Amino acid sequence: MADEPIELQLTHDLTSGRAQQVSDEVNNVVFTLQDLRVSYGDYQAVRQVSLTIAKSEITAFIGPSGCGKSTLLRSFNRMNDLIPGAKVEGLLAYHGIDIYGPDVDPIEVRRKIGMVFQKPNVFPKSIYDNVAYGPRVNHIKANMDDLVEECLTKAALWDEVKDDLKKSAYALSGGQQQRLVIARCIAVRPEVILMDEPCASLDPIATAKIEDLMRQLALEYTILIVTHNMQQAARVSDRTAFFTAELDDNGVRHGRLVEYGPTRQIFSAPQDKRTEDYISGRFG
Amino acid sequence: MSAPDTAAPLAAPSQVQAELLGSRPPLRDRAFRLALFISLTIGVVTLAVLIAYVTIKGWPRLNSTLWTNMPSIRRPERAGAQSAITGTLWVIGFTALFALPTGILAALHLEEFSKPNGRFQRLVEVNIQNLAAVPSIVYGILGLAFFARALALGQSVITASLTLSLLILPIVIISTREALRAVPRNIRDGSLALGATEWQTAYRQTLPAAIPGIATGVILALSRAIGEAAPLLLLGAVTFITFNPTGPLSGYTTLPIQIFNWTKDSREEFQILASATIVLLLVLLLAMNFAAILIRNRTQKRW
Repeated sequence: MADEPIELQLTHDLTSGRAQQVSDEVNNVVFTLQDLRVSYGDYQAVRQVSLTIAKSEITAFIGPSGCGKSTLLRSFNRMNDLIPGAKVEGLLAYHGIDIYGPDVDPIEVRRKIGMVFQKPNVFPKSIYDNVAYGPRVNHIKANMDDLVEECLTKAALWDEVKDDLKKSAYALSGGQQQRLVIARCIAVRPEVILMDEPCASLDPIATAKIEDLMRQLALEYTILIVTHNMQQAARVSDRTAFFTAELDDNGVRHGRLVEYGPTRQIFSAPQDKRTEDYISGRFG
Repeated sequence: MSAPDTAAPLAAPSQVQAELLGSRPPLRDRAFRLALFISLTIGVVTLAVLIAYVTIKGWPRLNSTLWTNMPSIRRPERAGAQSAITGTLWVIGFTALFALPTGILAALHLEEFSKPNGRFQRLVEVNIQNLAAVPSIVYGILGLAFFARALALGQSVITASLTLSLLILPIVIISTREALRAVPRNIRDGSLALGATEWQTAYRQTLPAAIPGIATGVILALSRAIGEAAPLLLLGAVTFITFNPTGPLSGYTTLPIQIFNWTKDSREEFQILASATIVLLLVLLLAMNFAAILIRNRTQKRW
């Protein structure tokens, strides 16, 4: 996606102070990745990713199509397990525990690490039942009415739907559906929320609402977001990882981490030429 | 650049016109449409003629005696098809009882739990497709040898139901799989990403979302079973039955069998009676198909 050059707007957004001022070093580590490789059959989608993800920050994965950023994101809650032939190698540690370790239950991983998908995938149920689904399948003991209200409030949707809780979730607009998915996700009380291009199918107003919401949620949750939209990464994220697709010596295309650092630095003073080319719209 | 000149000369109209009108001969187009229409007519007209014929022929006997009276050999003018109607209901009820849970669970296993494109799945898949193509008389032979004789269930409602269950099982499995496959992947992903197990996902999301599709397929499968006569002939349903079934092990007759019996008889009254019964069977089948369409339309997919 060759966006228009964004540097000017970016400075504006960052000086307006929406993103936190993060230190260069990641202090409160949630995830540690060491030489992580994800492959489908013989094809390695993404290689040699080593980075650490900080608690209560928004980390954005950006890069051109086919750079493996979505694939990488799906590794964090073992959603890749569901794709036949997918394999994750290297270390992906959550609070120091390898989530691909032999005794780790992927179901438990997914409870701790929730996910919001590109297309709002609400269930063909009522708004209420969409939110209550997660707690029900996980046998969470709670007053369901209170929990539903709390989650919908946190997802900035309560005021719009409080009188229609029994209505089908399909009656909502795309942006509302995506906020419902976020409410559904936080209802199982995760620590991390993965977002795979959450605004890709939304209009600018709905996108702005989701972005506001993300900043709100970042006070409580650790958020990882994959986005095609560089302005979005610049607006909402604290840290940015830039990936690119490259050919190796054998001519095989694969994804690779190019640069990782505080968003402010990635967008204003990128260290790598490829990052600079990409964010200035010269490529990608 | 000067201001846009509104008086720019247009391209020669005649040339544009010639291009827009096209030069393809319409003949082939028409011939193709005609062929389509004729094919459609053959099917529809045949059915219409058939229905009109049996309705007219059976009209004198299309009254309540058809379902209040029992079959009779000596007094065709007072014979009815009650035992065949109740027999059909009994047999179909048990067929549904056996075939539905088995077929739906089998499809759920194939679609949601077995390794896609694994060797086992492909083997089963090929087998099911072949089973769906096996002539129904072969199921009759199987039913006779296994249920009637080996299990000593005899010529009973249960034997007929089990045999018909096997007959429609492949159809139930195939249509259920289609319905499950139509449920978008992202609903399953959404459920699993919330920490639901695969079983919870299948039971609480995929299956409920697929129910309209499953219901449609199941009703169509059952209406196939209702119309079946061949396997039941082998199972000894041809016997003259003048009583309603009293339980699963009771003797029985069904509508197709009763029709078969009456058409064999040379007396004109029985021919009329057979036509009337055919109308009854057709109404039953059309009602079931209508119900299937209704279910499909009322629960339009929303994704």
